[in-house]
Parts: sequence; structure tokens; C-alpha cells
Amino acid sequence: MIVKLIVDIAGIILILLVAWYFWFSKKEGEKVGESGGVQEAFITVKGGYTPDVIIVKAGKPLRLIFERKESSPCSERVIFKDFDVSKLLPEGEKVIVEFTPEKAGEFEFACQMGMFRGRLIVE
Amino acid sequence: MDMMQTAEREKTGGGAPPRSITLAIAGMTCASCARRLKKRLGSMPGVKSVVVNFARAEAFITYDPAEVATGDFTAVIRDAGFEAGVSCATIGIKGMRCASCVIKIEDALKAVPGVVGATVNTAAESARVEYLPGFTEVNKIEDAVKGAGYSTGSPPGEESEDKEQAARQREYKTLMKKFWFSIAVGIPVMVLSYPAYIGLGDVLVKGSTALRVVWALMGLATLPVLFWAGNQFFIGAWNSFKHRSADMHTLIAIGTSSAWIYSTVAVLFPWIFPRPELADVFYDVTAVVTGLVVLGMALELRARSRTNEAIKKLMSLQARTARVIRDGVESDIPVEEVLVGDTIIVRPGEKVPVDGVITEGSSALDESMVTGESIPIEKADGDEVIGATINKTGSFRFKASKVGKDTLLSQIIRMVQEAQGSKAPIQRVVDQVAGYFVPAVMIIGIFAFMAWFTFGPEPQLIYAVVVFVSVLIIACPCALGLATPTSLMVGVGKGAENGILIKSGDALETAHKLNAIVLDKTGTITKGKPALTDVVVTGEVSENEVLLYAASVERGSEHPLGEAIVEGAKERGLELMEAGKFNAIPGHGVEAEVGGRRLLLGNLKLMNAKAIDLGDIESEAARLADEGKTPMYVAVDERLAGIIAVADTVKEDSRDAIKALQRLGLEVVMITGDNERTARAIAKEVGIDRIMAEVVPEDKAHQIQLLQLEGKKVAMVGDGINDAPALAQADVGMAIGTGTDVAIEASDITLVKGSLSKVATAIELSRGTMRNIKQNLFGAFIYNGLGIPVAAGLLYPLFGLLLSPIIAGAAMAFSSLTVVTNANRLRMWKPREVKR
Repeated sequence: MIVKLIVDIAGIILILLVAWYFWFSKKEGEKVGESGGVQEAFITVKGGYTPDVIIVKAGKPLRLIFERKESSPCSERVIFKDFDVSKLLPEGEKVIVEFTPEKAGEFEFACQMGMFRGRLIVE
Repeated sequence: MDMMQTAEREKTGGGAPPRSITLAIAGMTCASCARRLKKRLGSMPGVKSVVVNFARAEAFITYDPAEVATGDFTAVIRDAGFEAGVSCATIGIKGMRCASCVIKIEDALKAVPGVVGATVNTAAESARVEYLPGFTEVNKIEDAVKGAGYSTGSPPGEESEDKEQAARQREYKTLMKKFWFSIAVGIPVMVLSYPAYIGLGDVLVKGSTALRVVWALMGLATLPVLFWAGNQFFIGAWNSFKHRSADMHTLIAIGTSSAWIYSTVAVLFPWIFPRPELADVFYDVTAVVTGLVVLGMALELRARSRTNEAIKKLMSLQARTARVIRDGVESDIPVEEVLVGDTIIVRPGEKVPVDGVITEGSSALDESMVTGESIPIEKADGDEVIGATINKTGSFRFKASKVGKDTLLSQIIRMVQEAQGSKAPIQRVVDQVAGYFVPAVMIIGIFAFMAWFTFGPEPQLIYAVVVFVSVLIIACPCALGLATPTSLMVGVGKGAENGILIKSGDALETAHKLNAIVLDKTGTITKGKPALTDVVVTGEVSENEVLLYAASVERGSEHPLGEAIVEGAKERGLELMEAGKFNAIPGHGVEAEVGGRRLLLGNLKLMNAKAIDLGDIESEAARLADEGKTPMYVAVDERLAGIIAVADTVKEDSRDAIKALQRLGLEVVMITGDNERTARAIAKEVGIDRIMAEVVPEDKAHQIQLLQLEGKKVAMVGDGINDAPALAQADVGMAIGTGTDVAIEASDITLVKGSLSKVATAIELSRGTMRNIKQNLFGAFIYNGLGIPVAAGLLYPLFGLLLSPIIAGAAMAFSSLTVVTNANRLRMWKPREVKR
């Protein structure tokens, strides 16, 4: 009986841990650098986006350079729904995504299947 | 000695890859000079190959940089009596991580004495340098790049498509190797897991040392399966985990490793289990599930590479070379170097390299690869030709009007790629689900474990483990994720094959919901150009004579009605005459003298003004006008000779196409700026019931809106130039293109060639694709929605049914394959309502 209780409590803790780790924990953002009036960030695609929270300034042109370092078909494309951007990311190639975020806010970017997600925070 | 030298050369050459350089040569006056230079350059040590192009005054040299410097070439060229001009080299640059790098490298390059110009391309990771070979050389230029803090290499190749293909092939082979290995281990392990079935029940008794030894061997044998055949699961799982996300890899990794760890604990420490029967092994699950999932991945990889065949086909259409005439000299040059304005020769059987206009000659061209029209089209002087189409019969010369990324083919490829990468609205739900799916499955798995462990039958622990592993393994996020994109990819590609360019997943999805379609009359239903239809005579002058006189008067006219008369006369084989004493009367018509006779050609007002007796011909004129034609009166020597009627005629396939649209259940509406009478006549001819006549162009969008207010999903079909606002207002705007000017921007769906039947095909295609997407989504949802509860043991209390983890693995492995295969079925799609 005691064993069952312990196992169940452990199970519940594990469930809470899974929910917290994957859903509720806050991710830290990365501020982008600037060169020649263009905000620039490098994003590596491998099991997710690194960095996956990108903080940028509004009204300044933004250049994101994606490099996909895996062959999984899931991450073949990156889509910025709010900016009408959809780019194919061939493995090992640098792909440039350019646009100017005009409005402040939080925008999501994701792979085509929605498994990998990242956030663009415009300040 | 010689051989030693060669060997040594190869050694030093092994480190540095061969480089190529193009040198401009001045002073080459004859073809024999070129041969002489080629010989001189070719005999230099370290030179691998030399091509001297006399026509372009260039030498293309491949050489070993470790052996020979570019400066040596200049010396040899000068020695041979020529002068070397500016040359060009492309250098690969690695380590560029920011925009400021570009300027830094360019400055460093330009600072090298002898460098004339430099452009750095971040995306291509290369720099193109123009320099004077006498002053500097590639090695020095590379040193400058290195000095700026970057490394150099050979420029990245353009065969990325081939490389991708090769990479896929490699991956497929590796996966298959992993599969065979897993199965080779998995089958004996599976058999040994049930010793009673193979007559070893007496030898390998539970709890016996013999069985423990066999188990231990099984455990050792499955270890490489887990960590070699299944390594992508663990690597993928870890990469995702770092990003606080989880995917298919996470589930498979946890599932297979849990089975292995439990088994190994049972083998190594059987005494920690409260009851001996709990010490059981699941090594077969580890090996067989890994094998099956890897097989599924391999088959899916192969099927997926087929989903994109359409675009690969389009890309392969591009011609590689063009035969260009420059300064009177004919030469084959790479298609990338063709400039706007170049004159290009195309012989029978050759590909048209770029878009342009024929200047000399005529031929039939097969344009099916671009427009989807299967019948070759006759073209002559002044007609447009499309790059990548095939010249069938004659030779011709044409002037290039669009090259590089501006050609129709490039635009089509770009649009198809963009559309394939867009999302259909139907996927939004899937996206919502996908973000929470994998962690949710993990939670369900843990929960199922707890439930079985607490309330399940004995042996509870075994059941709990089986259920936990099955739930993780059967869940298939990939089937869900692949459902929409793969179908969309195939559907959009299929459209391109048929000359139908779909802008986005959005357009494709809306097109299948349409219930009304508005067709612009002029240019869409009709040819958009008036043609001669009737000649009615009073009797005194013959039909051909009346036409001849009228056409002679109108010769050289730029008015479309006049052109139609001239065209009509030519078609009847009439030789036009000279017209004199020409007098145009605005708003009335013209008077002139032809062959010594006085001629009047114009409307009723002209006849009245000149007091011509019309007799009873006015009723004929009214009848023609009722048919939507424009009647024009002809008077010869002040007496009425007859009426010539001109009308914008209906395209050959309009009637059938409209029938097809109606069969698809769409209400077909015609919109036009013409008067009601003309509109009715055309509508009757093609079988349209509802018309919107006398609509000024600015009002077309408003009329569409009124239709939408009736609760309809409306498509608008037009030429995309005059109807842009209406196309935008419609739920789906379809533009019919002509020639190479395709109004891609204005519309949601573009039909490359001006045929109305393609509209029906486009709608059928969208319905077919959406059906396919829904099948896939239904499959994926049902699959996960049923699979997970069954794996969790929901059916056990009722039917005693519990899934073996191996069955779960097989199901998971083939679920994504099913989705991709179903999407590939679309490649066989053919329009049903539109017969060609």
C-alpha cells in the first residue's frame, strides 16, 4: 500500500514537472546586436531554435540568419505568420530572413509543423 | 625522375583543391592565335586544363595553386604576344557572421594593389573579385581575406540540389542498415522471450540461472540497437529537451530506453522485486520497436522526396546554355550570362533559353511544361516565346526580353515554392494541438502507469510498464504534422504542372468552398479582340466587294473595329486596294475613294447625315445588334451596299468550361461594362443565366461585394490588369495570364495561359487537395485519438484488450508513411469535369 502511495505521489510530481518544464517555465530572451542600422541575429536550428526568444526594437530593419544543423523534416521551414515570411532551410545553409517589425508586441515563429517554436519580442 | 616529380606534385596538390580563373585576353585576332595560346598555357606546370574562347576573348584555366601563380599566366600570355586584361575570381569565404563583415572584407580586398573591384555575398559565402593579373594574384587576395580575420576556401558549388539528393540517399541507406541490424537482433530476441513456444520451456525456466544468462545476452545484444540504430532518437530528444520542447524522438527514446532499463534491472537485481514473476524482460520491445520506427522513417523519407517532384521538374526545365549572337559572332554561353537585348538562335529540338520576342523565322513551340497546354503553338515574327519551352519545327532568332530571375519560369518556381511553404488555415487547429501534444502524451503515459499500478490486475508493475511504453510509442506527432504540408506540396505542384499557379494554402483552401464565380466578359469569356462576323449585302454589290472596299478604307487603321475588318478581308484572301481622298468624320465614320468609287463606312448617323436611303436593312442591323455585334454601314457611290458586323467572339472552349463550372455546382455570373443587349447575347451563347451589365470598372469590386452579401463565397476571374480591385475583393481572385506577363501579384490563383477551362481545373484541384488534406487529418487524429487510449488500456476493463508495445511500434512506424503515401496519391490526380 505504502509502495503504491509513493509511486503515485512520484507520478504526480513527475506530471507536474513535465507540465512545468515544457509549458510553463519562462525562457530567457536574447537581445539582438546591431550593425549598420540593421538588427542582426543568428539562429541555429537543431531540435529547436537557439536562441528561441529574440528581443528586437520596433521600426528597425531586422535580419535573422538561420542555419539548420539537422536533417529532420520537421524543421525544414521557418514561418513568421505575422510577417508573411516562410523560408525553406536547407541543411547546413545560411538562410536570411529580413523584415522590419513595425509594431511592438510578441510574435511567434515556428516550423511548418508547429513543433519548434520561438518568440520574437518587439519592444 | 619525371614520375617522382608527378607524385610529389600530386602530394602537394592534395592539400589545395584546384582553382579556376577566367582571364580576358586582348590582341587575339584569329582562331589560330587562340590555339597557340591554349598550347602555351597548357604546357605550364600545374595547369590542369585550358579553354581559350576566341569569340569572347577569354581564357578559362583550371590550375593547382600550390604549383603555379596567376602572375605566371600573365607572363606567359604576354610572352605569347597578347595582353591579359581584368580577370575575375570567386573566392569562398567562411566565418562571416554579420553584416559589417561584408564591408570589412570588401575594404580589405580593395586595398590589395591590382584589385579593381570586389563584391561580397553573405548568403553565398563568397566574394567576387576583379583584378589585374599582372599586379596581383588569387593567393594574395586570399591572404587579404585571411588578414581580415576570415578563412577562405573554394566557392560553394551550385549543385546544392544534387547534394541534397545525395544526402537523402545516404540517410536512407543508413536508416535501412539500422533497420536490418535491429531486426537481425530483434527477431531472435523476440523468439527467446517466449521460450515455451520454441520448446525450450523446460530448459529456460523462470528464475533459473540459464534463463538469466540468456536474458543477459539479450540485453547485451540490444544495447547497440538502442545506441546505434536508435541514436537519432536520443540525439533528437536531447536537442529538443535543451529547448524545453519534445517531439517524436523524445517519445521513442523514453519508450525504448524504459523497456531496456526495466529489463536490465530485472536481470541484474531480480531480488529487488517483491515477487519473482515481476522480474521480466522487454528486450524484444527495444529492438523491434527501434527497427520498425527506423524502417518507417526510411520509407517516409523516400516517399517525401517524391512529394516535391513537381518543383524539381520545373527547375530542371531551365536551359543551361544559349546560342547568342554578339557582334555578328555566334557562340554558346551559359544561360546566366544572357543579357536583355541579346539575339539568340534556337534550332529545332532545342530549348528556348530565356523569355523574348521572335525577330526572325517561325516555328511551332511546345509550351506544355510551363502553360499546361499540350498542343504546340505556332509562332512567328513579333510573337513572344517563353524560356524553357521546346522548339519543335523551325529555326528562329529572338531578342531576349527577360532573363535570370525575371523569366516566367523563375517566377513560377518562386511562386510555387512560396505557396508550398505557406499554411492552409485548416492547419491552425493542428498547430494548436501540436504545441501541446508530446508533453501531453508523456503525462498520459505517466498517468496510465499510475492507474495500472494502483488499480490494475496482477502483475501490476509489468502491466504498468507495458502500458507506459505503449502509450509513448503509439503517439505519432509526425503524422499530425505532416498531414497538411505534404498534401499542399503535392497539390500546389500538381497545379503548376497544369499551368495553374496557386499563391498560398489560403487560396487553395478558400477555392474549395466557392459557390459563385464571376467571369469578366471581355478577354475572359471572349477573345477580347473584335473579329468580323457577318457581311450583309443589299444585292447590288457582292459580299466580297463590300468587304474589300471597307477593308481598303480601314487599311492601316489602329481602331480595333477597323483592324477586325482588315483581318476578316485577309482571311477571305482579298487583295486590298489603295484608298484616296480619305476623310475621317469623328463620331460618324470615314469617307474615301477606292478604285474610283466613293465609299462611306460608318454608323447610322453617318448614313443619315449623308442622306443615304437605308431601305429595309435597318431591321438586319437591329438583329445583329441583338446578337451583341456592332453593325457598320457601307455605302458605295451614295447608295447603301450592305452592313459589316464585327463582334468580340467567344473563345472556343468558353462554353464547355462554363458547363464544367456549373457541373461543379457553382453559380456562374458574367460581369461586363458592355450594354445589356450585347451582354445577354454572349451570355446566351455560352449558357450563363445571371449577368451584371453596364458595370464601370470601378464598380466591379462593389458588385462582387453585393454577391458576397448574399452569403456566397465568390471567385472573380479576370485578366488581372483592369480588374485588380475586383480580384482583391473576391474571396478568390483568379487572373488569366497571356504571354510572359503574368499578373501574379494581383491574384490568388494565376492561370498561365488564357483558357477558361483551367478555372474549372483549378477549382477541382483545390477540392481534390482539400479532400486529401482532410483524409490525412482525419487519419492522424483518429489514429492518435484511438491509438493512445487503447494503448493506455482503456479497452482492457471491457474487452480484456491490451496493445503490445511492438504492435504500437508498428502502428507508429506506418502512420506517417500512410499520410505521405496518401498525399502522393494526389500526384495521380486528373481533372474530371474538364476533358481535354
